[in-house]
This record gives sequence, C-alpha cells and structure tokens, in this order.
Amino acid sequence: MKDIAEGYVTADGRKIGGTLMEMKNITLRFGGVVAIKDISFDIREGEIRAIIGPNGAGKSSMLNVISGFYVPTEGEVWFRGEPRPQMRPYQVARQGIARTFQNIALFKGMSTLDNIMTGRMTLMESNMAQQAFWWGRAQKEESEHREKVEKIIDFLEIQAIRKTPVGRLPYGLQKRVELGRALAAEPKLLLLDEPMAGMNVEEKEDMSRFILDVNDEFGTTIALIEHDMGVVMDLSDRVVVMDYGKKIGDGTPDEVRNNQDVIDAYLGVSHD
Amino acid sequence: MTDQFLYAVEVMINGLMAGVLYALVALGFVLIFKASGIFNYAQGVMALFAALTLVGLQQGQVPFAHLINAIFGTEVHHFGWHLPGLVAIILTIGVMVLLAIIIEKVILKHLVNQEPIILFMATIGLAYFLEGFGDVMWGSDIKTLDVGLPQGASFWVEEKTAILGTDNFYGFFIDKLDMVAALVAAILVISLTIFSQYSKQGRALRAVADDHQAALSVGISLRFIWVLVWSIAGFVALVAGIMWGAKSGVQFSLSLIALKALPVLMLGGFTSIPGAIVGGLIIGVGEKLFEFTIGPMIGGATENWFAYVLALLFLVFRPQGLFGEKIIERV
Ligand SMILES: Nc1ncnc2c1ncn2[C@@H]1O[C@H](COP(=O)(O)OP(=O)(O)OP(=O)(O)O)[C@@H](O)[C@H]1O
Ligand SMILES: [Mg+2]
Repeated sequence: MKDIAEGYVTADGRKIGGTLMEMKNITLRFGGVVAIKDISFDIREGEIRAIIGPNGAGKSSMLNVISGFYVPTEGEVWFRGEPRPQMRPYQVARQGIARTFQNIALFKGMSTLDNIMTGRMTLMESNMAQQAFWWGRAQKEESEHREKVEKIIDFLEIQAIRKTPVGRLPYGLQKRVELGRALAAEPKLLLLDEPMAGMNVEEKEDMSRFILDVNDEFGTTIALIEHDMGVVMDLSDRVVVMDYGKKIGDGTPDEVRNNQDVIDAYLGVSHD
Repeated sequence: MTDQFLYAVEVMINGLMAGVLYALVALGFVLIFKASGIFNYAQGVMALFAALTLVGLQQGQVPFAHLINAIFGTEVHHFGWHLPGLVAIILTIGVMVLLAIIIEKVILKHLVNQEPIILFMATIGLAYFLEGFGDVMWGSDIKTLDVGLPQGASFWVEEKTAILGTDNFYGFFIDKLDMVAALVAAILVISLTIFSQYSKQGRALRAVADDHQAALSVGISLRFIWVLVWSIAGFVALVAGIMWGAKSGVQFSLSLIALKALPVLMLGGFTSIPGAIVGGLIIGVGEKLFEFTIGPMIGGATENWFAYVLALLFLVFRPQGLFGEKIIERV
C-alpha cells in the first residue's frame, strides 16, 4: 500500500487529506459474544471508506461504535486528532457525524420535508426562550433552513414526495429520504449502513451517484457498509474487511480483492 | 324557544366547560405517552402535588414541618409570609420542573428500553410515593386554594340570557370559575399545539415520539426531551390542580381527576392531541346531557359511570380512537 501519511491524490484527481477519525484497538462484547475484536483502522478526510464482510461480521457494530450508539468494551476512538471521551449518540451527532441505519430509522409519521428538516436540528441556533420572545428571528431562521432542505430535495430528486408521510413510501425512496436527512446536517463524516440494500439495479445506480456527488461536491468524508462487491469496488477509496469480529484486510479495493484471507472469508473457507 | 330546550343548552355549555378540563388532564397523559411510550399513572397525583405545593408556598407553610418538629423538637409551621397568587404559581412551576428533572434522573434514566409494563409499574410507584411525599411535605389536611380566581355564577351571563326564555327562565347559570378554566385550558391547548408544530423543541418532541433511534441520530437528547415533556405535563397538572382545587378544595380526591381523563383517552386515543381535546368535550357534554335527560329516569348519579360506558362503546367500534388510523397488521 502506498505511503499516505500526509494525504494523497486519487486516480480521479480527488484530494484526500489527513486522518479524520481513528479507531484504536476497538473491542466490543455483548455478554459472551465478541462482536468486534481488537480492530484498528483510520478514516481520512475526504475519502470514501468501505467496511465489508460476511453477515454478522460486526460491521454495523463498528458503525454504531463510531456514532456512539454502542460503547466499546476496550479501545479508543480518536476524532480530529484527539481521543474522544465517551459520548451519547446525540453528542456525536452534534460533532458533525451523521448516519443512516441498516433497518431505516425515519420519522414515519412526518413528511419527507419534515424528516429532512429534522436533520438540521444540530444546526438550529435559536433556543426555546428566543423562539417564544423573538418570533421574527425564529421565523427567519426557519426559512433559511427550509431553503437548504429544498436544495437537498432537488439534489436527491425527490420533489414529488415532499409532502408524503414517509411511512407510505416504498423502501428505495425511504432509503433516499434517510440519506437526505443525514445530508441536511451538513456532516463532516457521513456513516451509511448498507445504503443500497434491497434496491434494484437502477436505484443502486442512483444511490451510487448521490454518494459520489456528495463526496465530490461537498468534500464529505464517507464511511459505508455495503454487501454488493461491484458497488464497493466502484465507490470506495479504501476498504476494511471484517470477519467474525476481526479485521482480515485493509487497503485499496484492488489490494483487498487479491488478499487471500479475504477470498477465503468470502468463499466460506472454514475457520481453523 | 322552550325553557326545557334552554335548560338543555345550559347543561351542554356546562358540559363543554367540564370537558375542557378533562381534555387538559388527558393532554398531560398524551404528551408523556407520545414522547416516551409511558402511561403515566401519576398524572392525577401530580395535579394534587402541584396544588398542595402552590397552597403551601402561597401561605408560607414550612415544608416538612411535622418531620422537622418531630426531629428537632421545634415548633415551626409558617414562614409568616403570604405570596401573591402569580408569584406562588411561578414558584410552583419551578418545583414541577425540578420534579421532572428528579424523575428523569432517579427513575426514567435507569429504565430506558424496558418493557412498557415495567415503566407503567414505575409510574404507579411514583404516584404513591408522590402522594405520601406531598402529605409529609405539606400535611394532609384539606386546604383551600385561592389565587384570586372569580367564584360563583356569572350574573352578567344570567342577565344577558334571561330574555331568551319565558318568565320562569332566569338565564343561563354558568360558573365564573368554569369560564376561566375553559379559557385557560383553551389557551394552553392552543399554545401547546403551536409549540409542538413550529418550534425547534416541538419538532424534537415529535421526532422522539416517532422514533427514538432516528431522533438520537439527528442530535436530539432523549433525556432532555423527557425532562421537557414531564415538565410540561407537570405544568398541565398544575393548571388542572388550580382549577379543580379552587372549585372543591385541595385534598386527596383531587388526584382522582385522572380517572376522568381515562375515558377521554379511550375515546381520543393515547397519542392524539386533537383526540384528547375533542374526546374531553364529548365526554363532558355527553355525561352532563345524559344525567339531565336520562338520569332522572334511572335514579341519577350517572356521571360516575356514563363516561366509561360511552368510551367503551367507542372503543368497540373505533379501537384506534377518534383520530387514529386503522391499523391493519401486515402478514
Ligand atoms: N445490541 C446487540 N446485542 C447483542 N448482540 C449484538 C448486538 N448488536 C450486534 N450483536 C451481535 O454482534 C455480532 C455482529 O453483528 P453486526 O450487526 O455488527 O453484524 P454485521 O456485520 O452488520 O452483519 P449484517 O451484514 O448481517 O448486517 C452478531 O453476532 C450480532 O448478533
Ligand atoms: Mg449490519
């Protein structure tokens, strides 16, 4: 693997910066189950980092550790060059880390617009007292947020479902709205847990395009979990491979593809 | 218009006024249930506790006086002040917010992700604790609550409406306190609706009510929202406690107004704010009209049970409540 200590430029000319997030010797246990076993890896500014592995490998658990939903049993999470103290998920979100879920977590009773609007919660300034006594200012802020949200709606091509309660939308569109809500936070780091699961080919292509565009246009760092190897190879700059809670590979898509441990894991070679 | 008809109208108006108060109590339940899935059994006792605290603070009662005197052999009872109603109300709001914070820290925090029945049990425990705590803090004697609300029938209304009927009809008999209660409750309901629809915290509240995980992921602190809803519920309890307390004194039976909210919830659903309002009005009007029309034929005192029968009937035909969507289970 090439030396990337100070960042590098990708084949398609995107500039990748220094380390944004670093997982140091993370272990996560649930009772007897070891979901993550002493894993370390980094995420660099501006890159698209994929996490792959067979079912139950611990990929979602890793994303949950990053986003604060799970507290690691051992190990440290470093963010922007500092060890991060133990944080609740909402605190992580306020640091500029947005996410989507494997099993879609939307506000089902709210419209597409409201869902995405809620994504801007961390960016909303005025507090309760101001809203009560400073109605005008709150209104102005609201309309500014509204504008940003409309841009995201245009970007994701979901104008037609702006007012639809998301509970009524088909699966593929729900995934898209969930991405929209995460984008609304203007995150530094975007975590996507299987953004293309259950989609048809056309929907997958759309989603891939959105992910690339987000990374390209806003410089958003993205960590994503994906099962479709074709998609992973196309999208990601670097890949972490997990199996049974362990890291078995880390590198560019090409490096990973030719890694014997990875090939074994995917072909189902028995463990010891 | 016949006098009989006018009396019926008067009964209906009184029913509406009572209904607004039922709606208010029901609203306290709905808010907490929506945000945390907890059926707060303690809502009624919270109203009692709020009213006790209000009276105690206003009259300068020393809290825990019995306890203090028993331990230290002192004879303290009063601070010797008498606060204006508004000041006492504001202080009591502070106490209810404090109570919300303590409930979150001591109870809710430890019960995250527990079964709803466990949380329900916890609120039963809370209800009895709060009842006892209120007694120890403020004493268990019946107190009169007077924050300067008008009492008695409104002569103005009586006079203005007297011309509607014959000589036998003296005009509508409407309690001034009921009118104030209805007005306050209406304002409260409207401001709560505006708050939940248009403010940042309101949106956060709706988000938490809809999906906890999603709410966390957009940076909402569940614990803050819980403190917020319990504070609001405490405030609603205080308002209900004031209205009811001013009417019939502050005593244990005040906590039973929660029982009036149950049929309202059966009718309006546990998650619908409009449901609580309309449900409250229907129950209020329904029980008064029933007592007026059918009551005399079957020996009266129908108000104790009619609301429940009405709610039960509704439940059979619309299990999802007045405004709930019919749920068809996916198979
Ligand atoms: N909250 C939890 N409590 C107990 N065990 C858990 C929990 N979350 C995950 N696990 C366990 O941790 C292991 C890894 O699960 P995880 O969901 O991270 O896998 P994954 O790689 O995302 O799998 P998939 O591809 O199926 O989504 C599994 O054995 C799982 O049962
Ligand atoms: Mg997973």
